[in-house]
Amino acid sequence: MKDAMSDGPLLELKQVEKRFDLDQGFLETIKMRNGKVIREKRSVHAVNNVSLKVDRGEALCVVGESGCGKSTVARLIAGLLKPNAGEIHYDGTRIDNQSRRSMIPLRKKMQMIFQNPYASLNSRMNIQQALEEPVRYHNPGFSRGEVRDKVAEVMRSVGVDPSWSARYPHEFSGGQRQRIAIARALTVDPEFIIADEPISALDVSIQAQVLNLMLEAKDQRGLTYLFITHDLSVVQHFGTRVAVLYLGSVCELADTATLFENPKHPYTRALLSAVPQLKDDRPNHIRLRGEIPTPINLPQGCPFQSRCAYANDRCLAEQPRPVQQPDGSMVACHAVEEDRMVD
Amino acid sequence: MSLLSVRDLTVKFAMRDNTVTALDNISFDLAKGERLGIVGESGAGKSITGFALMNLLSRPGFIDNGKILFEGEDIANMSDAQMRGIRGNRMAMIFQDPMVTLNPVLTIGQQMVETLMAHRKLSKAEAEQIAVVKLREVYIPSPEERLAQYPHELSGGMRQRIIIAMALLLDPELIIADEPTTALDVTIQADIMELLLELCQSNKVGLILITHDLGVVSQMTERTLVMYAGKIIEAGRTREIINDPQHPYTQGLINALPQQTKPGMRLKQIPGNMPSLTAIPAGCPFSPRCEYVRDHCRTTRPEPVQYAHVEVACHEVNRLHRENSEEQSA
Repeated sequence: MKDAMSDGPLLELKQVEKRFDLDQGFLETIKMRNGKVIREKRSVHAVNNVSLKVDRGEALCVVGESGCGKSTVARLIAGLLKPNAGEIHYDGTRIDNQSRRSMIPLRKKMQMIFQNPYASLNSRMNIQQALEEPVRYHNPGFSRGEVRDKVAEVMRSVGVDPSWSARYPHEFSGGQRQRIAIARALTVDPEFIIADEPISALDVSIQAQVLNLMLEAKDQRGLTYLFITHDLSVVQHFGTRVAVLYLGSVCELADTATLFENPKHPYTRALLSAVPQLKDDRPNHIRLRGEIPTPINLPQGCPFQSRCAYANDRCLAEQPRPVQQPDGSMVACHAVEEDRMVD
Repeated sequence: MSLLSVRDLTVKFAMRDNTVTALDNISFDLAKGERLGIVGESGAGKSITGFALMNLLSRPGFIDNGKILFEGEDIANMSDAQMRGIRGNRMAMIFQDPMVTLNPVLTIGQQMVETLMAHRKLSKAEAEQIAVVKLREVYIPSPEERLAQYPHELSGGMRQRIIIAMALLLDPELIIADEPTTALDVTIQADIMELLLELCQSNKVGLILITHDLGVVSQMTERTLVMYAGKIIEAGRTREIINDPQHPYTQGLINALPQQTKPGMRLKQIPGNMPSLTAIPAGCPFSPRCEYVRDHCRTTRPEPVQYAHVEVACHEVNRLHRENSEEQSA
């Protein structure tokens, strides 16, 4: 059955939107303005009209700065949040309108890894208990021995000695804890992993250990990844494709090599130029005006207009649609479309 | 004479029944207006170095031995009253999280004026004028209005700019910046670093930049110290350390960066973890993780030696260098 479905994308987001209401309930919506009592409902527009496809076996990286909605995208896909509009399809079936119960078999296929392994592991459960729980839950037919074997196998595959299984999370270092969190995701043999900043809290030498582990798991198990990060050097290393998010909208989507060789959106260019390089003596980055505006009152037109050096009247009025470029990348920018940018 | 000269600095922490050594015989110099980077992973002792230089260690931490000569005066055994004349005035510190430094219930103006009036005989109006000038120097838009604002009204990048303005208020000779941009986004980080570099250069301020990010050190500093388990294991000109590191740990740190490997290939990783301060291995602290380890590394502590432009504490640096060059020529 799996083979019959595998020609389509594994995951597809169609014009997904997510708003978080700031004013909940009737009383909070009542405000005074200019001496008048008015009703106003404000909301944070976290994700706006995002469409993405993830094919089998690829690693799609979602990058952006804090507040751009990258974690919200991860949570929407994992079904931890419901979108306000749009559809999410997994392996051909729509998943965003499913009940909790009908999501259970899906959760076995789709696992999540979070930034802080200390927060995602229960500090009162030892490693054995923490790793056994998902195996038992998703495989009710397994005997005790089978559960234990499965756990031991996964622990070995992430480089954690199975003889440590009686220890508690606080007895491990940060890198080991993250490996245990990855092991926990792998115990149910998923096909798709959503990793939300999995290495950001780790030291450089430990980051390499965890990234290697994730690459190995990808090759050996044929995993598909959605990798959320703000670290562009990790993206270049790990991702097959990259989606750059700004203020809840995708501004550029391209193959990793294409994006790093030839970034097109002014925001992507600024972002790439801001990464401190080892070999380069002189910082020579594109300065952006101001900072990311709040997603509460989204500007009309292009979300990047307030910081963009190429913004004109059209950018203020009309939101750019993603347009396919000759090299296959999708760019949402009027300046790129009209070829106004001078290199 | 150098601006700052640290000699055999040892910092210990008193535990219930013994003491642990957080900094072990650190020595380095900083010339006037020089920019020095201190790199290492968490637990290496970078931040403790910063605190010790400001004489800000509090119990259970204490300076066990050594001198910190700031323009010839030893600040390691100065009284609190003497330190108050130096801290904030002649040397200032910038921390990772601006909200820790800023008082949330005072306006930006109150905090800046307070600092100025504590050190200089100024009227409030004069102090405010200086504050506005300093805010303008760090490119804060409409600085007069900012004085009346509270820290929570400003964005993260703006707060860190204010912290830099406050550090510069009394024209210090030395700024110690402890991970000043780690909490910020890359585009904002690039702005803040450029600003810090520009201000240090134009005002001839010495900078000690504590960070885990080798990219930042490479762009900001002239000299670098690499720390591991409370010791300086390599020191030298930043360019030389980045381009041709001698200590196996420094090499490992640089090679572990994803930029150093072809996309999708296995990264070079350093096995194991930084030892905890209560269990620092005898001999070379890096020996349990080192691929070039020999028996004497496990028993004898390596002393820093001059090798190929840098000072490096490693027994096997000669052999390492020979093998690496053979590998390259092969």
